[in-house]
Amino acid sequence: MKLSEQSKDSFIKPLFKNNPIFVQILGVCSSLAVTTSLRTALTMALAVTFVTAFSNVGVSLIRKVIPSSIRMIVEMTIIATLVILVDQLIKAFSYDLSKQLSVYVGLIITNCIVMGRAEAFAIKNNVGDSLLDGIGNGIGYGMVLIVVAFFRELFGFGKLFGVVVFPTVQNGGWYVPNGIMVTAPAAFFLIGGIIWLVKTYNKDMQDAE
Amino acid sequence: MSNESITKTFTVATLLAIVCAIIVSLSDVSLKGLQRQNQELDKQTNILRAAGLVELNEKVTAAQAAELFKKSVTLVVDLETGELVTDVEPYELASDKTNVRSLSKDDDIAGIGTTPQKQLVYAFYDENDSLQTLALPIVGTGLWSTLYGFLSLNSDLETVRRLVFYEHGETPGLGGEISNPAWASKWEGKVAFDADGAPIIRVIKGTVNPSDDDANSQVDGISGATLTGKGVTNTVAFWLGDNGYGPFLKNLREGKLQLPVPSAQSERPSESGEPAEAAQNAAAN
Repeated sequence: MKLSEQSKDSFIKPLFKNNPIFVQILGVCSSLAVTTSLRTALTMALAVTFVTAFSNVGVSLIRKVIPSSIRMIVEMTIIATLVILVDQLIKAFSYDLSKQLSVYVGLIITNCIVMGRAEAFAIKNNVGDSLLDGIGNGIGYGMVLIVVAFFRELFGFGKLFGVVVFPTVQNGGWYVPNGIMVTAPAAFFLIGGIIWLVKTYNKDMQDAE
Repeated sequence: MSNESITKTFTVATLLAIVCAIIVSLSDVSLKGLQRQNQELDKQTNILRAAGLVELNEKVTAAQAAELFKKSVTLVVDLETGELVTDVEPYELASDKTNVRSLSKDDDIAGIGTTPQKQLVYAFYDENDSLQTLALPIVGTGLWSTLYGFLSLNSDLETVRRLVFYEHGETPGLGGEISNPAWASKWEGKVAFDADGAPIIRVIKGTVNPSDDDANSQVDGISGATLTGKGVTNTVAFWLGDNGYGPFLKNLREGKLQLPVPSAQSERPSESGEPAEAAQNAAAN
């Protein structure tokens, strides 16, 4: 099966050109909270990808019967159901991670990316394209999360995926961890830096003068 | 019929609600067993880590935990009298709403407001059924958050075996270092009480000077976390003092209390061991 141009676009665009975090500036709150380590960032990325993909599918499937007066509540219900499902699965199969992610899995419900894609894309496109759009947006979000988490975990704790890279002074090593990296402002700076870099090298994305 | 009619709106809303409710209920019912097991194992792992039977960064399987718990007794202690409570099963405490004791402002140095009247204590024994360690649950206030942990004492009831915090919301890298095994290990072997049995162990500012008179009761502070260290000192002082496990430990030292040994109570099926787990497995299936 050959994908149409539009299908390809719906998957590829959110990865970079229309990235939810650094172009649409959506879902920033959760990217501050869960990026102190790569493991939590990766889990969160997968969870959000799952939710955006299937909420898009769900909304797209019933898009022709949804009365517009309750459109948003319907979308919200579908999203909430999927989020509960993900939360339950993580609690059952990866309890340690669920403790680290604490409330943030539940808060995927409030992640603007999910609602944004349902409202902006899935409500008026077919199921296949909506699925691709959901996965694309999830991955686009996840990529930024992982880049941010890479720097925060490395410089904040001297580790990558929990493996010691720089032994810290607290554990008898030489590396003095960078205190700001473990707090939320570091993610702000990093995301700001990413937006700056991307827009500098990609003139199309700059706002019109 | 148009999408916008009231009937259509209600139909769509109702059907969606039913479908979503079924999905949520199914996931809840089918995963509850696994989730409970995880929680139980997590709790047991924390107790075993506190008791020093498992390393701080080591994981255990449910079977290993059950094996290690065979050499333990879960005690119900009345904090006020320091006596053992024998007419209450340990698992009943969690759901007992009346099991609360409020603290006066002066007594409440850990900043927790209330404590239970009856508290669980975990006693671990060696092969010869002689007491190895007592793991005492503690809770107190740090700088930002409530600290939950265990303090375990060696069989001399004077020296610390482990101090473990398994839940807190202190700043990572600063106060959060209280759950770093490297810092926790500094408590091992420290003398917790003075000659009169009052708690003196404390976190100091900076590093301990070994020539100090009571260097054995001081623990290095974490740089940048003086207030969290204070919270830890107060928490430990509270729980080892008269309003915490003080009376219980005093009774034990004076030989007024006889602790049950694990082999003597193997016929009692309600302790944390296989029967509870079997029940959970049944629930999971």
